[in-house]
Amino acid sequence: MQVDLQDPWSPLFGRLTLDSIPYDNPIIVGTFLGAATIGLIVVAAVLYYKKLPYLWREWLTTVDHKKIGVMYIILGLVMLFRGFVDGLMMRTQQVMAVGPDSPGVLGAQHGFLPPFHFDQVYSAHGTIMLIFAATPIMAGLGNIIVPLQIGARDMAYPYLNAVSLWLTTAGAALIMLSLFVGEFSNAAWVGLMPLAELPYNPGVGVDYWMWAIQLSSLGTTFNAINIIATIVKMRAPGMTWFRMPVFTWVNLSTSIIGLTAFPVLGVALSLLTADRYLGTDFFTVGHGGNFMLYIDLFWIWGHPEVYFLILPPFGIFSEIVPTFSEKPLFGYLTMVAASFAIAGIGWSVWAHHFFTMGMGPDLNGYFSSATMLVGIPTGVKIFNWLFTMYRGRITFTTPMLWAVMGIFLLLFGGFTGMMLSAPAINYTVHDSVFVIAHFHCMVLVVAVGAFAAVAYWWPKVFGFKLDERNGQFFFWTFTLASIVVFVPMFGLGLEGETRRLDYVFNPQWRPLLIAEEVGIVLYCISVFYFLKMIYVSLRDRVPAGDDAWGTGRTLEWMTHTPVPFYNFAVTPQINALDELAWRRENGLDKVKPQTFVPIHMPSNTAVPVIIGAMAMALGFGMIWRIWWMAGAALLAIVVAVIARSFDKNQGYILTAEEIAKFESKTELASMIAEQPKRTPLDHVEAH
Amino acid sequence: MATIAKAGPNTRLWNAEADEHDTISTRTFGFWLYMLSDALIFTGIFASYAVLSTPMNLAGGPGPAQVTNAVEGFWQTLIILGSVFAYSQATVALKNGSKAGVAAGILVAMVLGVAFVSMGWHDLAALTAQGNGYSRSAYLSIFFTLIATHGLHMGIGILWMLIMLVQIVRFGFTADVVARLLNLRMFWQFQATIWVIVYVYVYLLGGTA
Repeated sequence: MQVDLQDPWSPLFGRLTLDSIPYDNPIIVGTFLGAATIGLIVVAAVLYYKKLPYLWREWLTTVDHKKIGVMYIILGLVMLFRGFVDGLMMRTQQVMAVGPDSPGVLGAQHGFLPPFHFDQVYSAHGTIMLIFAATPIMAGLGNIIVPLQIGARDMAYPYLNAVSLWLTTAGAALIMLSLFVGEFSNAAWVGLMPLAELPYNPGVGVDYWMWAIQLSSLGTTFNAINIIATIVKMRAPGMTWFRMPVFTWVNLSTSIIGLTAFPVLGVALSLLTADRYLGTDFFTVGHGGNFMLYIDLFWIWGHPEVYFLILPPFGIFSEIVPTFSEKPLFGYLTMVAASFAIAGIGWSVWAHHFFTMGMGPDLNGYFSSATMLVGIPTGVKIFNWLFTMYRGRITFTTPMLWAVMGIFLLLFGGFTGMMLSAPAINYTVHDSVFVIAHFHCMVLVVAVGAFAAVAYWWPKVFGFKLDERNGQFFFWTFTLASIVVFVPMFGLGLEGETRRLDYVFNPQWRPLLIAEEVGIVLYCISVFYFLKMIYVSLRDRVPAGDDAWGTGRTLEWMTHTPVPFYNFAVTPQINALDELAWRRENGLDKVKPQTFVPIHMPSNTAVPVIIGAMAMALGFGMIWRIWWMAGAALLAIVVAVIARSFDKNQGYILTAEEIAKFESKTELASMIAEQPKRTPLDHVEAH
Repeated sequence: MATIAKAGPNTRLWNAEADEHDTISTRTFGFWLYMLSDALIFTGIFASYAVLSTPMNLAGGPGPAQVTNAVEGFWQTLIILGSVFAYSQATVALKNGSKAGVAAGILVAMVLGVAFVSMGWHDLAALTAQGNGYSRSAYLSIFFTLIATHGLHMGIGILWMLIMLVQIVRFGFTADVVARLLNLRMFWQFQATIWVIVYVYVYLLGGTA
């Protein structure tokens, strides 16, 4: 009983026809040529250097939490760039399309993007930045660092970890595909109802949006389970709850949010899926549907999701600030309590996203006060960082600069958030770009946290530091760009510019729009310095020590740099909060283990990447209503899961001699080193 | 704040014995977490059910009192609880290491599970045949979704039992098989719990409305 579509449909290709490929749009064709060229160069390089077996064995089939984390971050950075280009297009369109006399090119009446295309661009920008850039980067950092900080060998479920990565990647791949085959949603990243319903949006755009999010949110839920179980079950002996580093604590709180919030998003999207495919009436206008139910369900996930993203950066700053102030973190316990307070309050404020819905003063009053409460734990955190720096011996390395910038952004975003939490103010600026500027300050904290973390932990993962000089150029251009884009945006919001405008009707706003465009150009320069930083660092490869910054405090700086694939040759016994700082004070920080015992390691497996590929086929089949493809892919996933449960492979044993060899020559065990084929065990006793 | 202890002669820096983790308990813990996320899925659907069961959402169609039958639901409740009981017997047999006992318990649980799902299926099919299918009104949409989501979970549980029957015979009680049997027990019990909530919230409350 599926819904009747007006479009032509064939059993073999579903709704897919040659007309679905937008080859008449020069922007998309240009992007396609660029992406195809880069893709071909990468593929050709892999084949030319005969790296395909290496790539398959050491990366695509890996279950190593550090490699999975690195792949998460690469995915996130690629998507971050894509989302940035969307932002660039939006800003450029707005600066071109001001006033009735503004010229239009490429088929647009004003500017260069017709409304239909512009709507897809902002929808893609939001979806990509939050779900496919910020989320994977933070998931990747948690993956790499949490097991190291608690002295674990790996995540609790290495195989599930790989499944999470490849499901997220499948979602990201669908979004990228929507650029070249078909279209993307034009109903905003939140999915405006009933605009996203079939009668108003009969194309495949909303389906792309829906399935991409659905797949990746499944991956995020699994990842949350994995992180919680790892922290609860895999801590090294002596690592009591209150000896855990704050980054580990925030990953626990953020994963609890992820675990409980993402299923609600799953429900909201599934109900929409039923509306669009089966003809149910959840969010429709007639037949008793209630489209405000969707916006409630969406933000019941959506607001916790915001804290899901912002808490890891708080943890990152809590690691970086003490390291570069050479002092213990001020108020460790309050920092932990604040993280959980933020996570808890995050669950009870969702309706502040739609004060104007007409809930009445009682509910608005409740959600307003609940929202203001968030300021308390967040304020505690800011003061803790400041008191950590107070009278510290501060070195302004790139990570520290990012952390300080993060605190400023948090203040900016926080104070404007307090303004928005008052319904009276909210009514006047609702849906204006003031709101956009506010939440960009907040999500920039996430971006800034990501750049801080990448610079801070890069040497631990790869064995050499990122180039400091270009890193600081990157920092300053990025900071300047953020100011120049978003400060004018606050002003325009107060002037009354509403969000999502493909045509700006008031010519008086032109000067500030030009300022924003200048900021976007500065962002472009910062992207250049980011790439240059990576290039120069890869070229020079100045080796870093085990404790790369010399003042590290937590466990990850105790093992080798680059970190070996088995993490710690012998599991450390934890004696204090900030174990490495404690050992340093006692003159024990250079002591390495001398005798080794065999380590039980998990074997690589191809099942996760196959599940990822099949999930993508399932999504593609559903989007284009190619039922045979969706059915076959679903069946393949079920069969793969069942087949793996019959696999007797129980991992392999890394012998003491091998560990001794790796410990004397650490580059043999690094991230990029190739490992020999190991014979798996086929039986492990129950215990 | 914690005082900083000094290292002494008995300070231990490495702990080679720490590597053995209890894999069954780790897997069981992870499954509890999964069930928490599953509970949130049902929470979302229950909340939507509450929102979509006002007279406005009926769109002139039947409401809770017309589509549910508390007596028939009672039999379904007994059957699903019986299925959980049968699985508990399998768990007792697992403690005694009896393959035949585990297999028998699972088989009975499966048969009762299939009976339960068929009854639910029959209900939905009958409603559809009367012209009260899921596309009739928002209320029927969410009613069908609630029953079907629970039924889908039951179906997955039955498939899982089938696989476990094969694995018990092929592998015996290895750590993997034991962990899966324990997780399946939780899953099955959880689905029965959800059904009890459905029964009270939809069938009993709906019948009185």
